Amino acid sequence: MSERRTVFAGSALPVLLVAPQVLLTAVFFLWPAARAVQASLERGDAFGLSVRFVGLANFADLFADPLYIAAIWRTLFFCGAVSLISMGTALLLALCADAVVRGRVFYRTALIWPYAVAPVVSAAVWLLMLHPQVGWLTPALERLGIAWNYRLDDAQAMLLVILASAWKQVSYNFIFFLAALQAIPTSLVEAARMDGAGPVRRFLTILFPLLAPTTGFLLSVNIAYSAFETFGTIEALTRGGPGQATETLMMKVYRDGVVNLDLGASSAQSVVLMAGTMGLVALQVLMMRRRRDVA
Amino acid sequence: MTPSRLLTHGMLLVGVLLFFLPVWLVFAASTQDASALSRGEISILPRLEGFGIYWQVLTGTGAGAQQGAVWRMLGVSFAMALAIAGGKLVVSVLAAYAVAFFRFPLRLVCFWVIFLTLMLPVEVRIMPTFELVADFGLIDSFGGLVLPLVASATATLLYRQTFLLLPDELVEAARMDGAGPLRFLRDMALPLSATNTAALFVILFVYGWNQYLWPLIAVTDTNLQTIMVGIVRMIGTEGQTYWNRVMATAMLALVPPVLVVLVMQRWFVKGLAEGST
Repeated sequence: MSERRTVFAGSALPVLLVAPQVLLTAVFFLWPAARAVQASLERGDAFGLSVRFVGLANFADLFADPLYIAAIWRTLFFCGAVSLISMGTALLLALCADAVVRGRVFYRTALIWPYAVAPVVSAAVWLLMLHPQVGWLTPALERLGIAWNYRLDDAQAMLLVILASAWKQVSYNFIFFLAALQAIPTSLVEAARMDGAGPVRRFLTILFPLLAPTTGFLLSVNIAYSAFETFGTIEALTRGGPGQATETLMMKVYRDGVVNLDLGASSAQSVVLMAGTMGLVALQVLMMRRRRDVA
Repeated sequence: MTPSRLLTHGMLLVGVLLFFLPVWLVFAASTQDASALSRGEISILPRLEGFGIYWQVLTGTGAGAQQGAVWRMLGVSFAMALAIAGGKLVVSVLAAYAVAFFRFPLRLVCFWVIFLTLMLPVEVRIMPTFELVADFGLIDSFGGLVLPLVASATATLLYRQTFLLLPDELVEAARMDGAGPLRFLRDMALPLSATNTAALFVILFVYGWNQYLWPLIAVTDTNLQTIMVGIVRMIGTEGQTYWNRVMATAMLALVPPVLVVLVMQRWFVKGLAEGST
């Protein structure tokens, strides 16, 4: 890690300055994380009177449960689809916004404000679009011969939560892709143009490799977003249903822990999620490193 | 205009409409009759006589007002977002200053402890955090709503990066003038990282305002209900949903963070894009 050459003397003051942050982190991150690990290794009796240490039994149960395995695959599919759609749309829009001269500021502003849309508000928006009775697009879908009711149809429910989650995230990706594109020297692109490379060729051979670090960074951010922050969207749209059709790992932790009060199982799930997030963060740090080397 | 440029503008306009049109429909729907909406009749034009719904929603009057006055939810959301953003900024700037400008025992341990929590979202540790806050007796309190969301590493890392880039000459000059570390923080480090602060404020305010899961769990008292929790409860599952109320509340929930983003757009974009590099 890089360091400053000039620093101030003394150690009482800096300890005082760093104390609030370390205290908050210890109390609200480390302690709950440790508690989760502990609870994941214990099991209470049916009456809630005693807990005993059961080792990795909760984890063994978890991974033996076909519902949990299904939820893992479902979550991976959901995260992949949301990341792909929102990043793809954002990249396309950023390429266009980077190319135009006239209306540049307008386009940028008009594509940045959706950053502020909350997951829950996104759900309200998409209910208005695709609710079976209320939805603005529902009659058109029915005219096309599609029996649209995501409350009954698993695939439709999944499609709906993917759309609502991806829609909200496009703006975030757009900001990063546009910034990355604007950092690429125009001379590089111009030179390729003069060599006769068409737009597709220019994108594949010059822009895409230069965008790779940003893409990697955004991918990890988008996976974390779809795994956790979409909770509000899914809860407002489908509550994980119909059946378990849209129940992601996050929904399952909530349902088992908060609704069904099965603490052992819920804690084991939390620990699995934490491990997953840690892996993702490690990946992200790696991407940030690479991004800095390139930029 | 060449065809390719026309295509570019066309795609951008489609992109702009992709976001504007649905939100416009939410606005139009909010002014329409609840029973007409339930029958699936949405007009793309707002109904002038329906604007009263905003007053009804804000004051919690009229049919379907079970969730109470939205002005109160707006107040809670606003206070929560401000407290989270302000709290994170203060805590982070102090920690980053200490880590960047001093050498003290356990400095690296502190840094890595803060760093490890990077992006470990509150959602992941939701149950143990709930138990902890309950043990403190902070359920249904403003402190319980805010504190678990104040701890985060992102702002600390951003400030640290800015501080590392401050030129050494500046520190030496300040030292020769007899300025101590706190004076340097106030007169130099803070003003010089103002862009950073503005960008972080936007990011953290939006983050706080948009929270859903933690406020849902940490609060049962309707006086402390945030607007996001209010919206989901209004949508409900059983019985009649007053869609005009839902959409009006969604509009009210959308406007404040959008305004913050638009007003501070320049710094926000700069800080967001630079911060991650």
